[in-house]
Amino acid sequence: MSKPAETTAAAQADAAELRLVERLRGKDETAFMEIVDAWGPSMLRLARQFTPSTAVAEEVVQETWLAVLDGIDRFEGRSSVKTWVLRILVNRAKTRGARERRTVPFAALAGEESGGDFHAVAADRFLTEAAKYPRHWGSPLPRWEAQPERALESAETLALIRSAIDELPPAQRTVILLRDIEGWDGPQVSNALDITETNQRVLLHRARSKVRAALEADFASAA
Amino acid sequence: MTDHTVTDALPELPCQDLVEVVTDYLEGTLSDVDRRRFEEHLEVCVRCVAYVEQIRLTIGATGRAGAHPDALPAELRDGIRAAFRDWAA
Repeated sequence: MSKPAETTAAAQADAAELRLVERLRGKDETAFMEIVDAWGPSMLRLARQFTPSTAVAEEVVQETWLAVLDGIDRFEGRSSVKTWVLRILVNRAKTRGARERRTVPFAALAGEESGGDFHAVAADRFLTEAAKYPRHWGSPLPRWEAQPERALESAETLALIRSAIDELPPAQRTVILLRDIEGWDGPQVSNALDITETNQRVLLHRARSKVRAALEADFASAA
Repeated sequence: MTDHTVTDALPELPCQDLVEVVTDYLEGTLSDVDRRRFEEHLEVCVRCVAYVEQIRLTIGATGRAGAHPDALPAELRDGIRAAFRDWAA
């Protein structure tokens, strides 16, 4: 039923993409600065995940835009312009980060952060093996949907989430940023970061679990 | 929920294990058997229903938390525009 609408929306998106590419090829500064302003802040944040300082991240963003301009005539439209731009950014940021830091490559970091023991929820929240219902919740969980209206929408809560993400180890932070903030899908993230899909999923799991735990602790202390 | 023949045939999934596979569940990477076990658990466990709901709400709130990063620093923006003008010239 929704087919015609979807087709129309997809066709409109394609047309907008084509127009954007044409304007960039036509050296239209307004079109260029529009996407710089729209995507630049996310790009800077993303670049920062791989680089040792904001200054280096800013250089990566600038270099990326130059590479975009130099490559726009060869852009074939197999992905959206934004996906293409972000791929250039991630590749450059990774290369630059590896060079600057001379530390473990991202894949090694990702391996480290997905190894070892992990508990999404503290073990003492569950009943022991000896209980009638072993390893089931020891006490009820609050329904967050019953939280005071907009508790999850409040500026305070959103700030808390940002600081919980800041505290994550780098690979987990990068994955949750790309998945839940930038909206990439699993294969896009594992490709861009050169990690397996399983690894990507483990990092995402740990990151989301920790953010949930931070929210729970905050809601509990506020209650 | 009245028909427990299938449930009984499956090894049980304790809550403590469910919270570790919730991402696999949401990503659609659980095997059919594990997915069924997961869903059957939710049918009888309000605590895990609340947990999965919390995870879903966390995902949504995370998206909103990061939706508006600060604007580009003016100097960087100017530098990019200058680079564009060089390129366009």
